Amino acid sequence: MPQHIVIIGNGIAGITCARNVRKNSNDNITVISSETEHFYSRTALMYIFMGHMKYEHTKPYEDWFWHKNKIKLVKNHVASIDKKGKKISLQTGDFINYDKLVIATGSVSNKPNFPGIEIKGVQSLYGIPDVELMNENSKGIKRAVIIGGGLIGIEMAEMLLSRNIHITFLVRENLYWDNVLPKEEASLISNHIREHHVDLRNATEVKEIRGADNGKVSSLITTKGEEIICEFVGVTVGVSPNISLLKNTDIETDRGVLVNEYFETNIPDVYAIGDCVQHRNPPAGRKAIEQVWYTGRIHGETVAPTLCGKRTAYNPAPWFNSAKFFDIEYQTYGTINPQSQEHETSFYWAHNKGRICFRAVYNKENETIIGFNVLGMRLRHEVCDKWLQEKRKIDDVMTNLKQLNFDPEFFDKHEEDIISLYNQQTGKNINRKKKKILSFFTW
Amino acid sequence: MVPSAIHNLSLSITEESVEQSLYQKVGGVCMAIAILALMAALAGAGKPYPALFLSIIIGMFALGAISYAIPYYQGHAGIRNNGIMFKNMTNRGTIAWILGIALTGFYIIIYWFPWMFEGLIRIFDPLSKLLTNQPANQWFMYGAFYTLAVLTMGIRFIGRHRHNRYHVIRTCSVMFFQLGFSFLIPMFLKKLNEPEFYFSYFWPLKYSYLFPSDVSSLMSSGHLGVFMVFWGAMMTFIATPILTYKYGKRWYCSWVCGCGGLAETAGDPYRHLSDKSLKAWKIERWMVHSVLVFITITTILLWLNSYYKGGILGSVSGSFAQWYGFFIGALFSGVIGVGFYPIMGSRVWCRFGCPMAAVLGLCQRFKSKFRITTNGGQCISCGNCSTFCEMGIDVRSYAQKGQNIVRASCVGCGICASVCPRGVLKLENGKEEGRINNNPIIIGNNNISVQL
Repeated sequence: MPQHIVIIGNGIAGITCARNVRKNSNDNITVISSETEHFYSRTALMYIFMGHMKYEHTKPYEDWFWHKNKIKLVKNHVASIDKKGKKISLQTGDFINYDKLVIATGSVSNKPNFPGIEIKGVQSLYGIPDVELMNENSKGIKRAVIIGGGLIGIEMAEMLLSRNIHITFLVRENLYWDNVLPKEEASLISNHIREHHVDLRNATEVKEIRGADNGKVSSLITTKGEEIICEFVGVTVGVSPNISLLKNTDIETDRGVLVNEYFETNIPDVYAIGDCVQHRNPPAGRKAIEQVWYTGRIHGETVAPTLCGKRTAYNPAPWFNSAKFFDIEYQTYGTINPQSQEHETSFYWAHNKGRICFRAVYNKENETIIGFNVLGMRLRHEVCDKWLQEKRKIDDVMTNLKQLNFDPEFFDKHEEDIISLYNQQTGKNINRKKKKILSFFTW
Repeated sequence: MVPSAIHNLSLSITEESVEQSLYQKVGGVCMAIAILALMAALAGAGKPYPALFLSIIIGMFALGAISYAIPYYQGHAGIRNNGIMFKNMTNRGTIAWILGIALTGFYIIIYWFPWMFEGLIRIFDPLSKLLTNQPANQWFMYGAFYTLAVLTMGIRFIGRHRHNRYHVIRTCSVMFFQLGFSFLIPMFLKKLNEPEFYFSYFWPLKYSYLFPSDVSSLMSSGHLGVFMVFWGAMMTFIATPILTYKYGKRWYCSWVCGCGGLAETAGDPYRHLSDKSLKAWKIERWMVHSVLVFITITTILLWLNSYYKGGILGSVSGSFAQWYGFFIGALFSGVIGVGFYPIMGSRVWCRFGCPMAAVLGLCQRFKSKFRITTNGGQCISCGNCSTFCEMGIDVRSYAQKGQNIVRASCVGCGICASVCPRGVLKLENGKEEGRINNNPIIIGNNNISVQL
């Protein structure tokens, strides 16, 4: 007798879960979402606004896929969960019974509480409705302010710039994203942001937002007392787990839905995955709340066998992430702290044109690799992952640096420069593994 | 924020985001002058001053296209696809349809009613006499326009991708092969009274090069003719498999071929219009391989027929080849292949009709070192790669599974890897072993292996 697995949320976590349950079983699967009928890639929202793609291009699966794989999609909003009767009620008054429930409701944009946050023209960016609103709010405007120096903030800047809107970018930190990036990377990106004529202001916070008589935003006052005239304010000060649905239930929450390593909540047969999750016992070296695309996907992959009867613990491989800041790509593997820890040595190389850099952090004592950061350069995930898990020595990493490279063909190679700087700084004499002579002509 | 229950997903963002720059306005004016001169020449006004009219038309087209490209060379280099989905010209709007119909009409006239272009063809006489010692015909004019389009739009393409050396080099390559191998050399051969031979086209794309009639006429035209037959056979049977084994289909389709060259340059604004559906892929496989089978059978029959001195087909054999020429050579590769650029994307012919692409594709799929490597678990499923794949490959469907892309149709243009915001894709020639990773473990999860 197939069980009925109901998933609330059709983002990357919920959909990955549904797909993997289907691979493992014949269970009935229902996915409920109030945002869109089909799964789309949230990470592509900026490209819809910029005209690189249309909404339909952001759907990773064709519409027939769901029917073919017997994944039932319900476009509706869940009103409440009745854990005793094992059913959920929808906004439209319907009920859905479940055998197992997966909460994958994602996150919501944080909303700071300074005056004026409700004025028209002040908004955040998380989903399709936000893009539609942004389209409307940015029509015909000349100046915008973005508050919050994270990944969404810089995306919003790029989006608005594509429509020739002048941007003042207010960042609480001393450099852009320096609560995540080490100082050198943060200043490289800060320079790049300014190259795109964005008025980046560090260490600046907001006192209030003012509106005009027409009800729309007219200016913003900083804590330094400065007034910035603007017609749009983007508020991108992070996201928090979306747990409003669980407020009046017995499902335990803190900042997010509390789960163990099997993504089980305190209530039997109720699971939670993705952005909305807070781990009770996060894996070693990891945070309790990790809200990126990749963790959402890995949660979905991991919980699926558990739902199908093969209880599987969360065991993520080394951390990785990536982003693109205007024209500069960013990749990170392993753990890179904004400030080096006591037991760490941080090696940093930057290209003289200020667009490319490479960082390797390793253990001071035993010289094993801890993490990589790159800007303007692509690294091979498979190799990074392997070396991090094998705890390779830094000298070994340097010798085989070429294996890490994932840049397109004909791009400048930087291994030699990186190794010579490493030798210079450490007094070692590492030699790069040389390319076979005439390898171009060999099979 | 609680999303509203029912949402309209039209996202009707329609305004053009970027105002036309001064250069683009200048470009537009140049184009307008060129078109006016072209119409006047069509009416016969160019006859007394062919060189003047030719200079105005070619010069103004070139100047116009280059001015249009100047903005791509300004400011920071990077992926600039802003507004492609909003613009009338690139989003199947009215202008796109007008252009599509004009191009289609151009092909119909040039194939079947060339006398309608008589006035225009005559102004090409000075250039034709210079290069070939003969007055121009419609194919000379066509070759000149084609080369002009590849060169000017190539300049635009290089500007768009000047931060990426792969694109700069391969675009220079297609521009070089179009100008030299597909235009100047064959024209110059004509001047020397040698056969007009295209060294960059081979059987089965240039199917007649291995037809008995062409072979015998080349063989009888002297030493150079014998070399041409040798060259054609060598390229088809020896160089093609070897090069495709080493570098994939791209050595030809996006580095050498003239059809590919036009698609990569003039067709670039339309690359996102290719159909990415599974259904289109199924149609593609049937069509392109049927064309290959058909041209192979035709060639074999023609040789048998020639061996038996017309004993097999009699006069039918000739009409067999003629019908192929009509449907595939003219209707498909020209009228639909290029005419429908603004509606169906730039590689319709290459994808659905080209028998050379079919041969290269079979090689690439089953015996090659080329693949597009997916970078572990870094894919965010955004869809840029699939959207901008001119061959209609759903690149994302592989990338999000952590699977390498090994597809017969991939021409190795490398745009997917360029538009990827997370550095997920890399075109490379590597070991055959592990090239097709059919049961990949998406990196990032140590407890689960993904079953396909």
